[in-house]
Amino acid sequence: MKPASETELAEMIQAATGPLSVIGGGTRLRWRPVTGAPLSSAGLSGVRLYEPGALTLVAGAGTPVDEIVGVLVEKGQRLAFEPPDMRGLMGHDGTPTIGGVVAANASGPRRVQLGACRDFLLGVRFVDGAGRIVKNGGRVMKNVTGYDLVKLMAGSFGTLGVLSEVSLKVLAVPQAEATLIARDLPLDQALGALRAALATPFDISGACHDATGAEAQTRLRIEGMAGSVRYRSERLRAAVCAGWDLVEGADSAELWRATRDASAFVGSNEAVWKISTMPGRAEDLMATLTAQDLAHRALFDWGGGLIWLAVPQTGDSGAALIRATLARLGGHATLLRADGRLRQAAPMFQPRDPALALLETGLRDRFDPRGILNPGLMGARQKVGTA
Amino acid sequence: MEMPVPDPVAMARKPELVRRLRAALPAGSVIDAPEELRAYECDALTAYRCPPLAAVLPVNTEEVAAVLRICNELEVPVVPRGSGTSLAGGALPTADCVILGVARMNGVLETDYDNRFIRVQTGRTNLSVTGAVEVDGFFYAPDPSSQLACAIAGNIAMNSGGAHCLKYGVTTNNLLGVTLVTMQGEVLEIGGPWLDPGGLDLLGVICGSEGQLGVVTEAVLRILPKPEGARPVLIGYDSNEVAGACVRDIIEAGVLPVAIEFMDRPCIRATEAFAGAGYPDCEALLIVEVEGSDQEIAEQLAVITEIAGRHNPVEIRESQSAEESARIWLGRKSAFGAMGQINDYMCLDGTIPVSALPLVLRRIGEMSADYGLDVANVFHAGDGNMHPLILFDANKPGDLELCEAFGAEVLKLCVEVGGCLTGEHGIGIEKRDLMLHQYDRVDLETQMAVKDVFDPKWLLNPAKVFPLSVSTARRERRMAAE
Repeated sequence: MKPASETELAEMIQAATGPLSVIGGGTRLRWRPVTGAPLSSAGLSGVRLYEPGALTLVAGAGTPVDEIVGVLVEKGQRLAFEPPDMRGLMGHDGTPTIGGVVAANASGPRRVQLGACRDFLLGVRFVDGAGRIVKNGGRVMKNVTGYDLVKLMAGSFGTLGVLSEVSLKVLAVPQAEATLIARDLPLDQALGALRAALATPFDISGACHDATGAEAQTRLRIEGMAGSVRYRSERLRAAVCAGWDLVEGADSAELWRATRDASAFVGSNEAVWKISTMPGRAEDLMATLTAQDLAHRALFDWGGGLIWLAVPQTGDSGAALIRATLARLGGHATLLRADGRLRQAAPMFQPRDPALALLETGLRDRFDPRGILNPGLMGARQKVGTA
Repeated sequence: MEMPVPDPVAMARKPELVRRLRAALPAGSVIDAPEELRAYECDALTAYRCPPLAAVLPVNTEEVAAVLRICNELEVPVVPRGSGTSLAGGALPTADCVILGVARMNGVLETDYDNRFIRVQTGRTNLSVTGAVEVDGFFYAPDPSSQLACAIAGNIAMNSGGAHCLKYGVTTNNLLGVTLVTMQGEVLEIGGPWLDPGGLDLLGVICGSEGQLGVVTEAVLRILPKPEGARPVLIGYDSNEVAGACVRDIIEAGVLPVAIEFMDRPCIRATEAFAGAGYPDCEALLIVEVEGSDQEIAEQLAVITEIAGRHNPVEIRESQSAEESARIWLGRKSAFGAMGQINDYMCLDGTIPVSALPLVLRRIGEMSADYGLDVANVFHAGDGNMHPLILFDANKPGDLELCEAFGAEVLKLCVEVGGCLTGEHGIGIEKRDLMLHQYDRVDLETQMAVKDVFDPKWLLNPAKVFPLSVSTARRERRMAAE
């Protein structure tokens, strides 16, 4: 199914008699726990409003991310939350859509400075599981009118409703960018340096440690006006980054594109975890995994608060160990890439605290009373449709 | 402002309620004497007052849970209260409710610079959060004007903003986790000191839910390293349109100031008379502030003053010292005090797309003439958040109603041009009955469904946010069952 309008989308959901698989570009989520009739938002495409002077853009949920980026570039602006392109990592083709990005609350390295996708989402229109058209938020930056369902929809993976339109805050592309790089630092020194840099007033817009290859690289990004970037990189080198190399402009941008997309894991046969934790706990976590002989390659972003972890596809690929350790340390792990066998062994999302799971089930029951939207995703809601 | 008829059953339970609350809490935590309850009869929307049945002042999460369990069992509504600075009536009691004040819960529980967060009890005031970390070079970014008094609990309930949120975002963008006590008395930990909380974004919907989903007793807040310095530039123009165009050009040029404040002529004149900040007598005045080291500030101000110069300003005054910066901010910061000096006033809080600024200011001017009430505009121009101050005389019969009608018309205009009813103050009771101008019934049903999940009996702050006509069935279900 590929509705061409929001009204058509509502009619299709009303008429549905069984589970629906909600699809944006199909670039990050092809695997589903329950088979459903594919429902694509690709027909709800197009930039509907763009006001560069107000930093706002409104687009159909099915609009390709590239199309939005193209429109913004003409005015020197961008999606500042840096949505990752998961085609390489997931081995999928397809066209990433803005609705898919929002449904996954997908955010890149700049999360550490400016916020996540959800922080740039100003408004949504969606059709809930009963086929009702709902709007929330709007197209202005400050809005506390009623409950903030905008945040609730971001990262809900199509389980509460099918997005038809999103409005976003955008920002200007800064004049300049630079990256400071250290090579082959041990993990504790690397993460320590990232944390120290993030505690300076020098407005770091990316802080990663890439330990996926032969040479480990620790990188810090600075963006802004040319003089300011120069000033801050000098101050950082004086304070925490003595002897680090400096890369500027397009070369710097390319490094962060690779971090954003976890390119180091493209084409490998490993399972890939995405782990969210406190930056200061990353070393504990890694020490535990090493002590338990879990082979892995790791890319640390967000100063250590986001860990992309590639693990061989044997046994449960560390599922039990990683999740139990995170339950102790704080945080959670999402199984992003896995073969069919591993999917059977480990759920995609970390099981929720039972009290929160109950609230989430309650919300899903209200938003999707028949349980037809992406059933089985995001935890064990038992209903699987009316068919 | 219409309020629901108090529940006689809940009111009749007052003796039992007070007895059980006293048994559950330490001495001095429960207030039920009518003269003492006067202190809780209103918040900063002082036009509306109503003493509650009782007020409780717990000191920790466990005591909050005990209070809520008792009220849930006795089916007595609860109105949570931070510092009572809401301009929207968010903490206005009903005659059948218990006020749950978190003011005694003001401790710092954990400070972690490595992971850049602070965990506080939510009765702590906004400014004292920064106060706890500034000696180490950090600050908490959201800065509502009432930050000296307002509590983090209220900031979370209303998703408060401030002058500097153009760069740093509002409360929801700086909130990492909460301890929430549900109406059933269950204690939930939602989110935590990491950047991606996982699962559905419950934290996102709790922030800004005006105390209707649960009582937030503790919060994990993101703290940021303090910038090296900050400096404003003052720019005066002969027309609102030109000032608006200047704001647009600054934003389009890719400089992101931390604040762009706007004042119109009536506001400039009033604050000049009151504070004598030395503002030029012009139609529109901008205060643009940037941050960084001296050389970074100079680099940004060069771009901003170049743009401002293109629009033929009456005056550009770049601060050269801390003293001059304070002087530039003096008038803006005393704007509300200046208005209070002249008259009673009502502060509106609509947001508009920045492009609609000239039109909206023109229409407000016309309405001011029609209603015969003066209005002054203060405005977070970078993000379109307007604060028209309508002057009225509270002692003159009918003037408040006239002022409210004027305010409602302004807010409807905000929605019409693509904006919203409230940018940072919240709906409360003040804008409750305007909600149907922004949302239709299905939109509101969907929002109310969230409350159904968290608070099935609709006992938490039930008469707020949603128009009474829309929430009747849910509010009365409980009473009908009695």
